[in-house]
Amino acid sequence: MTDNGKDFLRELHDPEAPVPPELQSSVAVTSFGRLLSTVYNWGRRNSIWPMAFGLACCAIEMIATAASRFDQSRFGMEVIRASPRQADLMIISGTVTKKMVVPIVRLYNQMAEPKYVLAMGACAIGGGPFKEGYNVVSGIDKYLPVDVYVPGCPPTPQALLYGFIALQKKIDQQMLTNPNSVPWYGRGPSEAVPLPILGPDVIDPRQAHMLRRRAGAAGQEAAASPAAESDLEAEA
Amino acid sequence: MTDQVPAAENLSPTDEALSVLQNQFPNAVRRDDRDGYSGIVVDPARLVEVATYARDSLGYDYLSSATAVDYLGKGDHLEMVYHAYRTTGGAALVIKAQTDREAATLPSLTPVWPGANFQEREAYDLMGIRFEGHPNLKRILLWEGFHGHPLRKDWKEPYYEQEQKPFDSRWPNGRVVRSEEHNPYGKNVQYPDDFDLDGYTSPAEAAVYEEMNLGVDIRSDLATERMVVSLGPQHPSTHGVFRMVAQINGETIQQLEPVMGYLHRNHEQIGERNTFLQNMPFTDRLDYFCSLSNNLGYAIAVEQLMSLGARYQPPTYRAEVLRVLMAELTRIVNHMVAIGFLLNDLGAFFTPMMYAMIERELILDFFEAVTGSRMMCNYMRFGGTAMDLPERIRGEANLVNDRVRDFNTMEFLRELILERLPRAVDQINEYLTTSEIVTNRCIGVGVLPRADAIALSTAGPVLRASGVAYDVRRAEPYSIYPELEFDVVVRDHGDIYDRYLVRIEEMIESLKILRQILPKLEETQGQPFFAGRGGIYSPRVPAGESYGRVENPKGELGFYIVSDGGQNPWRYHVRAPSFINLTALERMSKGYKIADAVGILGSIDIVLGEVDR
Repeated sequence: MTDNGKDFLRELHDPEAPVPPELQSSVAVTSFGRLLSTVYNWGRRNSIWPMAFGLACCAIEMIATAASRFDQSRFGMEVIRASPRQADLMIISGTVTKKMVVPIVRLYNQMAEPKYVLAMGACAIGGGPFKEGYNVVSGIDKYLPVDVYVPGCPPTPQALLYGFIALQKKIDQQMLTNPNSVPWYGRGPSEAVPLPILGPDVIDPRQAHMLRRRAGAAGQEAAASPAAESDLEAEA
Repeated sequence: MTDQVPAAENLSPTDEALSVLQNQFPNAVRRDDRDGYSGIVVDPARLVEVATYARDSLGYDYLSSATAVDYLGKGDHLEMVYHAYRTTGGAALVIKAQTDREAATLPSLTPVWPGANFQEREAYDLMGIRFEGHPNLKRILLWEGFHGHPLRKDWKEPYYEQEQKPFDSRWPNGRVVRSEEHNPYGKNVQYPDDFDLDGYTSPAEAAVYEEMNLGVDIRSDLATERMVVSLGPQHPSTHGVFRMVAQINGETIQQLEPVMGYLHRNHEQIGERNTFLQNMPFTDRLDYFCSLSNNLGYAIAVEQLMSLGARYQPPTYRAEVLRVLMAELTRIVNHMVAIGFLLNDLGAFFTPMMYAMIERELILDFFEAVTGSRMMCNYMRFGGTAMDLPERIRGEANLVNDRVRDFNTMEFLRELILERLPRAVDQINEYLTTSEIVTNRCIGVGVLPRADAIALSTAGPVLRASGVAYDVRRAEPYSIYPELEFDVVVRDHGDIYDRYLVRIEEMIESLKILRQILPKLEETQGQPFFAGRGGIYSPRVPAGESYGRVENPKGELGFYIVSDGGQNPWRYHVRAPSFINLTALERMSKGYKIADAVGILGSIDIVLGEVDR
């Protein structure tokens, strides 16, 4: 629990049912939902199991973070699991390529909820130095919901640890009683992210309607993409 | 075979080979007489003959690099460039073959040099040259079904802005617009005009298993069954996003195919848009354990080209000392981590790795103090280095027992090189070399015979563990290696254990070099670390080609650069040791158990940033 017991108790107070000041030292719980959420989150934030999943350069700094000098086990995160089924946190540690985004989305779908995604480094955030490359996805958030972004190329282990702390703070804010705070507190299973298809280029099934519309209006489409290019040229 | 090679010290190998080859093949071989170019141009119809002759009679038994160049607008042909060497040392025989851009076809050289296998597949994938007689010609870095061949000069990527950097949108006016906003899909994608999603099935996965006889095949007379398994791209023991598709019988591997490209981030194409200096930080990200020695390889390749032009000043002595210091420290980092990873694969999960990482952290402290970055150092420049060693190493970010670090740099180095690292190498050697885990799982496993090691173009510790004393630092010396005393480590069995031992001994040799570097560092203190005025942002690179290579920790790293005299390379190719060493993976794994494949892969020591580029 937090270092200061009083602070922790104050967290349990429900702002909608305030405790009179004279009772604050003896009354702890005014809301069962808040108590349950706090206990849930406390357990969850201190036992986040990352997936053993390295993509590129950042993965090496991720290993350095796990090694003895920086020691991420101080945060209860040292149990690095090779299987997505046992992992809570997916650290996208490196450049996401079009070829790799398919397995990444599949792995994300295989992870059991609650699950978090941390985008580590410039490439995972937005393509980084390789953004203009023909095989590079401009950031994993084009496909997956990202919880924490850790900038850097690569981020130092200290930066990654800061990202972990940010994630813990985020987990602290989640409420069991609020089904909208996170998908897994809602009713029913949450939807899987559709798998991208490796066609002539990578295809996001969520954009399939755009592709069809474009194929339908064969003539207009020819006008659309050169227009974008001519914009560029005009600026240049 | 190399004994019969006539010793011709005064003739350059190309001259000598050219005269021999011209006598042998009149009309089929001619000298490449373009300015700044070297080597010979061979008639494609007789390419295989010429290559066979060069290998068997002239002794060029080691194919280092094979790559393609698109000369659009400069003759409108595609050119395949082969760099062949003798394993006894010396300069390259550069063989070129040209083909039409439309119907690009060349004979495959895999029968002559099996090491051309993956490199020809790469040339097919990225340049669209078909190789006749290639055993398995399919895309290697991209997926089957991808539209076009991206390294062709007339192919444009989705975020295309301009042919060459600096882009007008960013400099000098600097009105940057996010590339996504120009794309109708908001993503880095483009589709051919006639593409129809309805009824489309992706051929990408099916192509991986082609010729693998997918499925399970149980025969009544056999106690075992044959099946195809896929390891990766997400697998704890594949060192990143690498994938192996293996056909196994029971547990025995019958056929194994590496599947790569999951980290293909277009170094070469981006490199051709960049200016020469802009590529330096990109080389950091090739083999991200060894950013400093990658820098060195690229600097050497460009300096070779620059030396053709006027007003070129070679790097100063101080710069060379700094370069060797950095390269050898990098070698120790790499071998430490490689051994740690190998032990992970062998079952000693993460304990040796922790010890390796401690030493890595100490060396990284030094790198950070000198270059400003732990991993991506971006330190070398054409003609020297970016900066000198700092007087003191200090930093609040690096707390040891909650004290602020503050050391005299030379004292720090002296302690590191003379005490700390030898002790760490001894420790690893003592605990691991005779350990039962290591010996039982390594000795006699993953054997690569000497002849195959050469034929498959393996490099670095993999080649030297198979009994070939080939080290670029000795075979074609660069920097100040000729005046340094060290031995080329060779082992003869070619199994995992020997590759492991080669790495241990190379660390000891590196320490030997570093001990000789220390006094040189002190002698040259205060001397310029950059030739000329320093701070050259746009070096004059004359037109021509160069192939610069260094002995990276993982093997021979080569940069093939073609310049047209402008500010950007026309062609920028990386001969990545990890990529080409993987050609030998199937040969090493065949007949061993599937569990051994993991250890064999660990003993090759690949890094995906370099395999896929």
